[in-house]
Amino acid sequence: MTKLATTAPPRLRTGRESQRRLAFWLLLPAAVAVFGIIVYPIIRTLIISFFEVESALATETPFVGIENYQRALSSSGFWAAIGRTLYFTVVSTALELTLGMMLAMLLNARLRMRWLFRAIVVLPWAVPTIVNAAMWKGIFNAQYGSLNAALTQLGLTDEYIAWLGDPTLALNMVILADAWKTTPLVAFFLLAGLTAINPEIYESAKIDRASWLRIFRSITLPMLVPSISIVLVLRTVEAFKAFDIIYAMTRGGPANGTQTIAYYTYVRAFSDQNFGMGSALSYIIVIVILILTTVYLRMLRRSEMSLL
Amino acid sequence: MRHQRRNSILLHVAAIIVAVLILLPFAWMVEASFAPQRDLVSRPMRWIPSEIDLSRYVEIFQGGEGSVGSTFRAAMVNSTIVAVSVVAIAMVVGVLGAYAFARLRFPFRKATLMVFLATYMLPQIALLIPLYFILNALGMLNTLVGLILVDSSLVIPFTLWILSNYFVTIPDELEEAARIDGTSRVGALFRIILPSAKPGIFAAMMFAFLLAWDEFMYALIFTSSDAAKTLPVAISEFAGRYTTDFGLVAAGGILAAIPPIVIAVIFQRYVVSGMGVGAVKG
Repeated sequence: MTKLATTAPPRLRTGRESQRRLAFWLLLPAAVAVFGIIVYPIIRTLIISFFEVESALATETPFVGIENYQRALSSSGFWAAIGRTLYFTVVSTALELTLGMMLAMLLNARLRMRWLFRAIVVLPWAVPTIVNAAMWKGIFNAQYGSLNAALTQLGLTDEYIAWLGDPTLALNMVILADAWKTTPLVAFFLLAGLTAINPEIYESAKIDRASWLRIFRSITLPMLVPSISIVLVLRTVEAFKAFDIIYAMTRGGPANGTQTIAYYTYVRAFSDQNFGMGSALSYIIVIVILILTTVYLRMLRRSEMSLL
Repeated sequence: MRHQRRNSILLHVAAIIVAVLILLPFAWMVEASFAPQRDLVSRPMRWIPSEIDLSRYVEIFQGGEGSVGSTFRAAMVNSTIVAVSVVAIAMVVGVLGAYAFARLRFPFRKATLMVFLATYMLPQIALLIPLYFILNALGMLNTLVGLILVDSSLVIPFTLWILSNYFVTIPDELEEAARIDGTSRVGALFRIILPSAKPGIFAAMMFAFLLAWDEFMYALIFTSSDAAKTLPVAISEFAGRYTTDFGLVAAGGILAAIPPIVIAVIFQRYVVSGMGVGAVKG
């Protein structure tokens, strides 16, 4: 296991007081650049979420307490968006972890021209999200898309399918497009975990004639728990923040079928100009992300204990 | 031995299949950017273009004032300035902060790092409206400086994280030896830590560049003209406007993807070392 940033550094021969002072000055630029930008907006958004602000030019903005939150939580559109977000999270994370695990093992295998394989795998991750979205929008196009062309020419389908024309199908297609770009990143996270495993453990397992599946289940998987937990947290947070790919592929359509919670919030705040509601929704996203991350980390820490 | 040989062949076959699956969509986009429009809309589709059509690239590189090309070229310049500046800021600020996290003892060290990392959980949309008004008040809406500042706040937590995790892996003895010889802490940072942290630094730079190049939401809301519009915004506009000419969108997309692809391919061997795993557990 590599050392972690959170393990305490050794005492070098400097006084405590001077270390503190140096740490303060070294961290000051980062703190200013990050918190200087975000602290005021976070507080401001929290305040706006308690007021009724229904246009950018609104002159009357009455205090409404938690009414925005109540209205959000009692609207069916909100729950539909949360449902789609959870579906997006679960399906895309499961897909990316499964494919990513296989890909990580391939990346770790002894391959000729491994550098070339790794360079190819890194490619989708480097493609900007908006370009990725535009590319898949073209591939899934109902009339001219290459997917329809390929499937009909191979005789797999008789007629062209409107891949982005049906709410449920469109959500799945967005997940596929997202997985193409993100699976390599997941694979590299898992690869980082794989390369940290001591090869001697495998050697002794082989001497014991353990089966491939057993080695995977009792050595590889437990050792990868830290990597997997990071992937789970990152992918869940990303799913709740997903905006770019949906904006560029479907604009939330058809029939709101791909409107996940971040996009739903964007529509409430900017298309409807309901800034009070948009702010309340943003805070709901933050709270949900916080809860999910905490639960994940708890769960995974416990499961790691039991696996060890 | 034969068993091993068979396994090895299977692995290579799997790798080739995966490589093809990864490359196919991208290859089609490249092909579409060179294929004449009539090939792209024909049924059955012509996979091999009947001729090489460079018109989209000509339009992008030579289109006059107010054309798609001039917007694209301005966006290319803007994206480059923004990404390079954000990388520079995030690296300088990140190296200094990471040294503190990895090497110094001070109260609330872990909590401070956690607060930086927790900012990643904030959806950009939660900051969008107040930031818009601040930038407006400061006259920084639709400016590169404004965009560089807000993008840096997104990227710095990542560079801090990657660099901190790398710096702690550098043996303390190296630094102690230099310090006994009378080098100051800051001197040790530049003479000892930085040269031995090259993989971590390359990984952090690469992540920072990809993040900055990819950033969309701030650019979408805070920029409105060629003065500051970045490539993701320009491309999402093309894709919305020229729905029938996929070739043009494809050509723009490929050009926008080339810089990050080149950087990722060159630096890919540092990706793994940059992913210090596990520190979240604390």
